Amino acid sequence: MIHLSAAHMAAQLSAGETTSVELTQKHLDRIASVDVDVHAFLFVNNEGALAQAAEVDAKRAAGEKLSPLAGVPLALKDVMTQKGVPTTCGSKILEGWRPPYDSTVVTNLKKNGIVILGKTNMDEFAMGSSTENSAYGPTHNPWDLSRIPGGSGGGSAAALAAFEAPLAIGTDTGGSIRQPAAVTGTVGVKPTYGGVSRFGLVAFSSSLDQAGPCARTVLDAALLHEAIAGLDPKDSTSINAPVPQVVAAARSGDVKGMKIGVVKELNGDGYQSGVRTRFEESLELLAAAGAEIVEVSAPNFEYALAAYYLIAPSECSSNLARFDAMRYGLRVGDVDGASAESVMNLTREVGFGREVKRRIILGTYALSSGYYDAYYGSAQKVRTLITQDFNNAFEKCDVMVSPTCPTTAFKIGEKSNDPIAMYLNDIATIPVNMAGIGGMSLPSGLAPEDGLPVGFQIMAPAMKDERMYLVGAALEAALLTKWGAPLLSKIPALAGK
Amino acid sequence: MALTYDEVLAKYEPVLGLEVHVELNTQSKMFCGCSTIFGAEPNTQTCPVCLALPGALPTVNEKAIESTIKIGLALNCSIAPFSRFARKNYFYPDMPKNFQISQYDEPICVNGYVDVEIETDEGPKVFRIEIERVHMEEDTGKSLHVGGATGRIHGAEYSLLDYNRAGIPLVEIVTKIVPGTGKYAPEVAKAYVAELRDILRSLGVSDVKMEQGSLRCDANVSLRLIGVETLGTRSETKNVNSLRSVERAIRGEMIRHAELLNKGERVVQETRHFQEESGLTRSGRSKEQAEDYRYFPEPDLVPVAPDAAWIETLRAALPERPSIHRKRLQEAWGVPDKEMAAMINADVLNIVEATVNQGADPTKARSWWLGEISRIANDKDVAITDLAISPTDVAEIVALVTAGELTDKLARQVIEGVIAGEGNPAAVIAARGIKVVNDDGALMAAIEKVCAEQPETAEKIRNGHLPAAGALIGAVMKETKGQADAARVRELLLGHLGQG
Amino acid sequence: MTSLSRDDVANLARLARIEMSDEELVNLSNEFTVILDAVARVQEVAGADVLPTSHPLPLRNVFRPDVVVPSLTPEEALSGAPAQEESRFRVPQILGEEA
Repeated sequence: MIHLSAAHMAAQLSAGETTSVELTQKHLDRIASVDVDVHAFLFVNNEGALAQAAEVDAKRAAGEKLSPLAGVPLALKDVMTQKGVPTTCGSKILEGWRPPYDSTVVTNLKKNGIVILGKTNMDEFAMGSSTENSAYGPTHNPWDLSRIPGGSGGGSAAALAAFEAPLAIGTDTGGSIRQPAAVTGTVGVKPTYGGVSRFGLVAFSSSLDQAGPCARTVLDAALLHEAIAGLDPKDSTSINAPVPQVVAAARSGDVKGMKIGVVKELNGDGYQSGVRTRFEESLELLAAAGAEIVEVSAPNFEYALAAYYLIAPSECSSNLARFDAMRYGLRVGDVDGASAESVMNLTREVGFGREVKRRIILGTYALSSGYYDAYYGSAQKVRTLITQDFNNAFEKCDVMVSPTCPTTAFKIGEKSNDPIAMYLNDIATIPVNMAGIGGMSLPSGLAPEDGLPVGFQIMAPAMKDERMYLVGAALEAALLTKWGAPLLSKIPALAGK
Repeated sequence: MALTYDEVLAKYEPVLGLEVHVELNTQSKMFCGCSTIFGAEPNTQTCPVCLALPGALPTVNEKAIESTIKIGLALNCSIAPFSRFARKNYFYPDMPKNFQISQYDEPICVNGYVDVEIETDEGPKVFRIEIERVHMEEDTGKSLHVGGATGRIHGAEYSLLDYNRAGIPLVEIVTKIVPGTGKYAPEVAKAYVAELRDILRSLGVSDVKMEQGSLRCDANVSLRLIGVETLGTRSETKNVNSLRSVERAIRGEMIRHAELLNKGERVVQETRHFQEESGLTRSGRSKEQAEDYRYFPEPDLVPVAPDAAWIETLRAALPERPSIHRKRLQEAWGVPDKEMAAMINADVLNIVEATVNQGADPTKARSWWLGEISRIANDKDVAITDLAISPTDVAEIVALVTAGELTDKLARQVIEGVIAGEGNPAAVIAARGIKVVNDDGALMAAIEKVCAEQPETAEKIRNGHLPAAGALIGAVMKETKGQADAARVRELLLGHLGQG
Repeated sequence: MTSLSRDDVANLARLARIEMSDEELVNLSNEFTVILDAVARVQEVAGADVLPTSHPLPLRNVFRPDVVVPSLTPEEALSGAPAQEESRFRVPQILGEEA
């Protein structure tokens, strides 16, 4: 039962073949069995999830009209607040904090009757590409437990691949939904910036952060997308427009006549050969499905990474200032005679991990007087140029595509002492965040040389999110025909308890 | 050797700069829906946004934007077609986010002016104070320092924070440098703050109560040798919480600077705190290194770009400028300058006007507010506007006196009752059984009784010595417990004694 | 090549309120030489003719009406407080200017 798609589970629920309590319990059992090895969860809300499930079952029994995913369980990235449930963002500084309020995403999930199983592991404050920066230990990739599950949302992606949850919420600032999806053989979507409310999403980089759906199929992602998206008066940067019809697009998958632009600059040197092989194959399948493949160029994408590593640290240096030991969270050094300032300094030293401190210091520098124009100011100009590249390219095509990341999952510990090498993981995903447009990663198969999953990225213009789902559904269908079974059927079984 | 003020001015020219912070009187906070009511129990008006809980996001109060634009228009500013919020980053425990949402290089209003008139040796003179900018920001929480002797920050063992005030909308009004005021610098500054206060009050955008902190002034002062162009080093005095303090603080700083300069010492650029008791300023804790606020555009909010139609609607609805309004009232009421000044000084002009608008005679309305009611306010040591008596009440009382239904003496009793919370004038009159004795029979009885008691006086009056009547009228009034109309008593008395 | 000395990093750490050991300061100073070289590339294309983008959305004038909504209870507000007293957040002594 846990291996089904969310849509299939929802169908069984509405047909009365199972109950949400049963489905939720099965997933809780699975978590109890395999999460010792995977470590996808930071907190499992056994009681809360079952109570929520029972409530949905009762409503169904009473004949109430329920939303499509009602009763289906989900894993929530620990960067989203849920009232009364521990929210740590993978950081020591928030250990034990239980928010007194729900994020808008959680409000929407609850409204849709989606059962929240617990909170998933992540790189501390979403800073990282491997989930190794979690203060609570790394998450392991279910395809190979010695490898990283991607990051920052490695917990959410691993939970899907390990069948601990059929749905998950991620957040994507530079690729934190898409890159984990790619290296775990799952589907992850970063909607257009402003498509999903950020209220209750603990901010890393406000102008880049975007929550989105994670799932094992394109349709499941679309169903979740529609459940969480829409205007929120609590988020001033939320878009006041109808939610794109992504479920209809995922059900259609018709790409006949669509122009698919291959980004010249996001391929070739630096991309693992198996990654390129799978990418070329996917293009052939899309062409066979009736799409027209064209080449587009985005000359300024090569500056995206540099700009990202100025903008995101700058915003984070300010966003993370509130973690000061005064109103919530960790407090260190509060001895007799200590000053508030020294307590702040000591708490932030102990409470933040290395990568977080590195980025705060970098951001503090980039914003400081005398350096602002050279760093933050220039990075914002690069942002303009990247947006122009997208605009120019979208005149020639309907969506743009690339491999999601240059390589398959690397070994835990392999890059942890080389920040620049780590940052290169996000080279293909970052431009999307810089321009605020939508991006999706879906599995395109396994790299022949290491047998690990490879992701295919689809990028669509702002508020044209349905195009990603059209193309994603088409490719998913073609690959399923080719493989005869979903990619995750090839994942090694986990020993479990 | 302490310098005299005249000695300072013989050598130096003061240059001023004034920053005024105004708390807007919106119902809800600047960036969240928490209430702004003053004096609530601690931390009862807080939410994830104003406590800066992780994940919370600000949203902009439209009324606050509207009020700021109104202020800008009233101060003759240009309203920027595009302005933005920026984060001002610095750590302080009373500021939950450890950054303040403010405005930096793109404020909403720029380049305005205010004209203030003061009395000089050469007669009334107008000084133009140029406004550099008017921008929006948010207030901080309040800290209570515990331990130590004074309850002040120095020597405290720990602090207790209440975030009810955190996030209340503030507007900051910054002047350009103000040279050329010479010896009138303190008075010009005071007149400017007073004018600003009147303008803000007329706009209805703030309570402008300096003593409650809803209007706060920081005064920058520097001196330069007369004839020298280069500006001297300035000090910034905070904590200036009354109009009188503005004047005192500037005068005090001018003398302090001059003494330093005369000794060949440097004026330190620093923040100083005004001490209400001594009238002197005290150095704030000097910062080891200059703060670097690392301003950048607030990514959680979108730009404010008011369209011309909105601005013009607000402009059309602006009230008359208080200084012009005052001139108009003075003419309409036919009040001499001195009386007008008395009303302005006592801060009763608005209530007198409201009383007149309720139909009262201007002279009578003025004399009640400036006389009896001001006296009660003084006795109770409260602001006259805080007394529980309204312009409507006073207008009603004036009408009753005019109609002869109350005497002045009875009217005072009614006022006292209204202020004591016994209800409106009608209710007080009913409850206290106050009424003018206008029953001639009862009055005649009293007159006859008094005349019998004081036959010599009565005789004098009979013989035409009218000034003696006062004593008998007084006695009659006493006899009738003040409830008689003195004019009627006089009439009846004189008639009774053959002088009618 | 841009670099940050140990003292530069110490000053940034002070601004960012993070205590750092001497070893950390030296390590970060070394790392920053590499990182700053990489990120300084943005200056290559950031000409004066390019307008900065601070936000991906072209939104303007997003306001909320001036309406009071219920606050948290003081218990909820203080629920995460490391220390509290009399419904207020208790914090160590504040060294600094009198507010």
